[in-house]
Amino acid sequence: MALSCRHVWEHISEYIDNTLDPQVRAEVEQHLAHCEICSAVLDSTRNIIILMADDRVFELPLDFSKRLHARLDEFLKQEGPEPLEIGPQWPG
Amino acid sequence: MTSSPSIDADCAPTEQALIASILAGKRENFHHLIRPYERQIYRTAFALVKNEAEAEDVVQDAVLKAYRKLASFRGDSKFSTWLIAITLNEARGRLRKQGRAMLDSLDAQQAESGDYTPAALTDWREVPLAALEQQEIRALIQQAIAELPDTYREIITLRDVEEMSVNDTATLLGISVSLVKVRLHRARMMLQRRLVPHLRLVTKASPKWRGIGRLPWL
Repeated sequence: MALSCRHVWEHISEYIDNTLDPQVRAEVEQHLAHCEICSAVLDSTRNIIILMADDRVFELPLDFSKRLHARLDEFLKQEGPEPLEIGPQWPG
Repeated sequence: MTSSPSIDADCAPTEQALIASILAGKRENFHHLIRPYERQIYRTAFALVKNEAEAEDVVQDAVLKAYRKLASFRGDSKFSTWLIAITLNEARGRLRKQGRAMLDSLDAQQAESGDYTPAALTDWREVPLAALEQQEIRALIQQAIAELPDTYREIITLRDVEEMSVNDTATLLGISVSLVKVRLHRARMMLQRRLVPHLRLVTKASPKWRGIGRLPWL
């Protein structure tokens, strides 16, 4: 069965992550092969994902690392890690 | 594309050895242990508190907490995932104290149930990575992420900014993999609709960017 554009949009994210069921993926690909609009939606969504992952988008404040390690250094001089307690292991 | 340094499976013994050495008394090794993840945890904190100075405080508190609790890290998750979990908790705790608790906002509920029409433009194919040199473009992307409903912002940050797997994202947020996928999809589509018209203008305005950064699969 041929998919409509709206159905294809619903699958864009999973298509990009390659987690679609193979049959659905094949249907989406079939649609993309002849639909300029959906191809553009796919490309632009993928572009945005690439841009977001770039380190330049969220740059660290100036001297962030220096301040972090200075504070850590002070702390390390005073305390060691706490001994292991019996209880939940995931940070609370 | 640049990416955060991360320690993969090949380097895992080194990381484990570092942790063991810290627990055995070589405290100063903790500096080396966290260095590869500083950027990652800063971005996580910033995505939640949306403020540079506050995000920096969150990171410092989270790092000190990770150090104190290091003995409880068992190695059944990645150290980076554990560190991000602590950072998320610190950031959420801070928001709670300020009365800015993370809730499933009405926006998010509406977005999950509503129909969605993306911005469909046929002439924006190239990835304008060079555009990121412009502060204006970086601010635009930051702003679009900041405007997402809280639950979507967390997911986008973990999955697309930090590039964590869907499974790790689900574990960290304590929700199902399928809910991560649904929210991730909605969030990506919201960003697509919000950003494409702006980014397209940028790429059109500067012909030199056309073709730069075009990726092989496009």
